[in-house]
Amino acid sequence: MRILAIVKRILMEMSRDKRTIAMMFLAPLFILTLIYFLFQSNTDQSATLAVQNADTQLVKAIDQDHIKIKYVATDKTPTHLIRNHNYAGVLNQKGDKLTLTLQNSDQSKSTILRQGLKAAQAKLKMQAAASTLKSQGQALQKLQQSLGNVQIASPGTSTAKAITTYQQKTHYLYGSSSSTFFDTLLPVLLGFVIFFFVFLISGIALLRERTTGTLNRLLATPVKRGEIISGYLLGYGIFALIQTLLIVAFTMYVFKIQILGSLWNVILINILLAVVALTLGLLISTFAATEFQMVQFIPLIIIPQIFFSGIFPLDQMASWLRPVAYIMPLYYGADAMSSVITQNAGFMAILPDLGILVLFAALFLGLNLVAMRRYREV
Amino acid sequence: MTQTIKVHGLRQGYGKTIVLQDINLTVASGEILALIGPSGSGKTTLVSTIMGMLRPKVGDVTVLGQAMPNRQLLAKIGFMAQTDALYNALTGRENLNFFGAMQGVSKQTLAQSIPAAAKVVDLTEDLDRNIGGYSGGMKRRLSLAIALISDPAILILDEPTVGIDPVLRQKIWLELHKMAAAGKTILLTTHVMEDAEQADSILMIRKGEAIAQGRPKQLISDYQVDSIEAVFLKAGRQQDAHTRNR
Repeated sequence: MRILAIVKRILMEMSRDKRTIAMMFLAPLFILTLIYFLFQSNTDQSATLAVQNADTQLVKAIDQDHIKIKYVATDKTPTHLIRNHNYAGVLNQKGDKLTLTLQNSDQSKSTILRQGLKAAQAKLKMQAAASTLKSQGQALQKLQQSLGNVQIASPGTSTAKAITTYQQKTHYLYGSSSSTFFDTLLPVLLGFVIFFFVFLISGIALLRERTTGTLNRLLATPVKRGEIISGYLLGYGIFALIQTLLIVAFTMYVFKIQILGSLWNVILINILLAVVALTLGLLISTFAATEFQMVQFIPLIIIPQIFFSGIFPLDQMASWLRPVAYIMPLYYGADAMSSVITQNAGFMAILPDLGILVLFAALFLGLNLVAMRRYREV
Repeated sequence: MTQTIKVHGLRQGYGKTIVLQDINLTVASGEILALIGPSGSGKTTLVSTIMGMLRPKVGDVTVLGQAMPNRQLLAKIGFMAQTDALYNALTGRENLNFFGAMQGVSKQTLAQSIPAAAKVVDLTEDLDRNIGGYSGGMKRRLSLAIALISDPAILILDEPTVGIDPVLRQKIWLELHKMAAAGKTILLTTHVMEDAEQADSILMIRKGEAIAQGRPKQLISDYQVDSIEAVFLKAGRQQDAHTRNR
């Protein structure tokens, strides 16, 4: 009864705060769209390579979609060329000594050039080997003929093998050839967006109750502290649910992202994340005296969670750093979300993650009830 | 007449600072007690302790025969806080409905008690406006209406008349006397001496101590002065003299 009255009040207050509603529902879509396009353009990056006096065969081998070749005069130094023309790199040959000078202000371009050069050299070596083998094979054939019908294992057959060009076909277990980093990022973002907005809005809402004195006034009624927290959970839970549905629908219909697993699991994870964010937000608001101080907690509480939520693969981190992820609620939420969306994980597979989220929520809930004792001792 | 609020030997404070010392008071049903004292004298702390928001450091507080703090008993106390704790995004009626529900009043009862409470504080016409557009005095009156909403046996009002014009103040006092006559217990704090004179009995608090206690007329004659204000000043001087001698 009292819980419902609190829920009703929260809904009424929110429905009259159009700005906050717009921020909660439109801002995530805006951010996601922005990130989507950022990762789209990143897939066909190309680098310009200036070539000085280099072997034309090698240059031909280097020439491919991602590397643009520019032939330049030999009288200028590579550093000069890069500074004046903004080339990603300069390839210079003196005798049989190749020098690659890289601008290296964009590491991905450097990588493209390094790999391009390596691949070209390998290609040339293969061609050379193939032609020697071919001529050897012809020589052997002649020898064979002159030797008559002597049966020897002909190395000519191995020549044929070396020249074989393989038919390459790639199968993708998850996603497709058009998958970008955005597909990996999306589940993490989905969890993060919910976590961030619920944390901030519910935290500030309770903070406002503290500063305007309505929390004190509420506790002068026979309401239980648990009823206040439950009302908050339910009220803001509804908004988190709407937000989740909106974001999921947007990504499915606008970005055409496939959710391989069950949509119910996605919603379940988001609701749990919202509960954790809410209880954490309410708890953190105890330590803030003003809205400004509440916002100051974002770099401390929210930003580190992004780093450990799977955007940077955990197994590439220093081993001493990895355990930090295990105290971040968003890590478990993002992990479960990625499994459901990109790997079709079922409920049982994400149960451990969900269990830990429940534990986090219970912990924060308990601390909240204790923190509220400050205002009324029973 | 039964004694509904009893405070005995109360000492209260935050951490090591002592805010209230040796406070004793009783209020009976049908009685209006005014706590008067300058700001910072500990009136609000005393009210909070009677409400059970704070546990007494020393001594005990009994309301309706039960020791405070007691959450369930809060349903029988109508409280008006010193600061207007209202939801600004909601209308007056929505605020009344919400706090009524918190107080445990049923919807059917609220449908009748909201217009009644609004009439007492003269807010009937503004009930469906957003609180954001209310003046300071209107917010004060709405806070009072919230205290009345559950028709409680005990009313505890912290500075109920601040920002309320003289005509309405008269009306509110009339209503308070009517409620007291109907057997309700009323405890209010004020620093306006005219308010104190309307009360049945007075407890003067200064620097956390009770310096004078009694019926207004009795106090005036005891201290051989002509107003409550003079009683307060004289009692205050005596308190200072006493502490200097100590």
